[in-house]
Amino acid sequence: MATTGLSEQIKPRRALSLQRREWIAGYLFASPFIIGFLLFTVYPMLYSIYLVFHKWDLLSPPRFTGLSNIVQLFTDPKASLALYNTAYYTLLAVPVQIVISFLLALALSRPLLLRNLYRAGFYMPIILPLVASAVVWQRVFHPEYGILNEALGWLGIPPQPWLFTKDQAKLAFVIMSFSMIGRQMVIFIAGLANIPESVLEAASIDGAGSLRRLLSIVVPLMTPLILYNAVIAVVNSFQIFIPALIMTQGGPEDATLFSVLYIYRQGFEYFNMGYAAALAWELFVIVIGFTIAQFYLSRRFVHYEN
Amino acid sequence: MATETHLSESRTPVSRRREALKLRGRLGDIALEVLMFALLLFFLAPTFWMISSSLKVSNEIFATPVTWIPDNPQWGNYLKIFEVLPLWRFTWNTFVVVSLAVIGTVISSAMVAYAFARLNWPGRDIWFSLLLATMMLPDVITLVPRFVLFRNFGWINTWLPLIVPYWTATTAIYVFLMRQFFRGIPYELEQAAMIDGAGRLRILFQLILPLSVPVLATVAVFAIIQHYNDFLNPLIYINSQSLWTLSLALRAYNDTNVSNWELVFAAATFMLFPMVLLFIFAQRYFVQGIATTGFGGR
Repeated sequence: MATTGLSEQIKPRRALSLQRREWIAGYLFASPFIIGFLLFTVYPMLYSIYLVFHKWDLLSPPRFTGLSNIVQLFTDPKASLALYNTAYYTLLAVPVQIVISFLLALALSRPLLLRNLYRAGFYMPIILPLVASAVVWQRVFHPEYGILNEALGWLGIPPQPWLFTKDQAKLAFVIMSFSMIGRQMVIFIAGLANIPESVLEAASIDGAGSLRRLLSIVVPLMTPLILYNAVIAVVNSFQIFIPALIMTQGGPEDATLFSVLYIYRQGFEYFNMGYAAALAWELFVIVIGFTIAQFYLSRRFVHYEN
Repeated sequence: MATETHLSESRTPVSRRREALKLRGRLGDIALEVLMFALLLFFLAPTFWMISSSLKVSNEIFATPVTWIPDNPQWGNYLKIFEVLPLWRFTWNTFVVVSLAVIGTVISSAMVAYAFARLNWPGRDIWFSLLLATMMLPDVITLVPRFVLFRNFGWINTWLPLIVPYWTATTAIYVFLMRQFFRGIPYELEQAAMIDGAGRLRILFQLILPLSVPVLATVAVFAIIQHYNDFLNPLIYINSQSLWTLSLALRAYNDTNVSNWELVFAAATFMLFPMVLLFIFAQRYFVQGIATTGFGGR
């Protein structure tokens, strides 16, 4: 009697304590993330909201200014110019990036002799330090000594001023971005490898030519990855910064003043911390808006397998 | 009806058509091979140009047409950049910062991934969704307030902002990658170790991690690239030249040397070299990582 009573008492308590110990272990092991998330993400985001309503130059104490930073977003011509430049760059660069990387992936899914070399070569530019790439591309675009104008010369196109003129500077950044499509390409290659051979064979027996198979089978099956690549590319393109800082410092005539560069200037050159925070939130809302819009639009043409 | 006629007359034509298609396919592949090779040269031209120009005398850089192989390679250009810039200092700085950040990334991501992969604790799923949500968060949103935070900590002009945050498993994709891998390790192994009296920490470090070398390598490789190439954080937090990393040094050198292209190219090539080596020797980890997660690089 006594022994059974004892064991009955102990069992639930031990089970509970084992469970408790797992709970504690779970929180302990996850604590780096929990602490880091609260300290380095949540708190800065909340603090950033506080900053939006204050004027602060880091020297004197922050001063409450109500909505003036937000009003400034809409009245400051440079803020809208920076957004325009960034959107222009993104909307021009991303679709072409997707097309190039998709075509490359299609080509590199064929049994080519040097396939691995091509894959590695097309991928490599994105792992190189962006600072080094920017330093080189700055000179690639040089009107007199750059290799781009020399290559265009082979086609009979006269030298272009690229980074030295307002009209072509953004285009130059778009062209540079075409060399940084390695990640998108690898994702497409992985996706293409997952398309069952049998589906393509069945279609070809039914008389579908290669173009027809591409448009009616391959592209629809790849739409989720196209969406994924597009979303990531848009988020990244909206944050273009390093090339602009190094190659043009935002010029000429602010033609390459992109949003993050402007935020950086307001925050870390003019020390308008409040206004910089407001600009960052504005960009954040726009990026999220674009992402939601892409998901929304994609519902019509993205094909998900069940 | 149409199909019937098609069928009846198609004994030999089909096979002939197939032959023709095969031939066309082969010719197409040859054309594609040539096209891809040309494109690859085009793609890598800026990098080739940089390397070759880093070995030229100034006049040769500004000569048209471009010479792709320098007439008389100036290896001395590389000695010169070490004279004008304390490059070893910057290399050492970069090495320390990158090592500490990467070690922190791997250890903290592994711990957190273990908690998400193997432990049951209340709130786990919520925290996991929060972790995944951080992937959609543009970094720019925390740029300014983080600076203020680290300023309050007294961390400005130290390496701490470049290291400490990465000890908190901040990069969701690394945690995700490891979690997926850990979940594939048989649970029985862990139970056996527990019966033998091993604690959770020992299980993670002596059982799980040794079995997870491929995923750890993938994460480490991505983290090395991320931190080696990082420019924005050093730009904001580091002022003193003695603490500069290579990316800051290259940018400063580029800004002050308008005419000596060969030296700027030599400095850029020097900075690029470790990444190329890493790429050559760790290529399979790249491909693994990107193919399974869609991340890696920029």
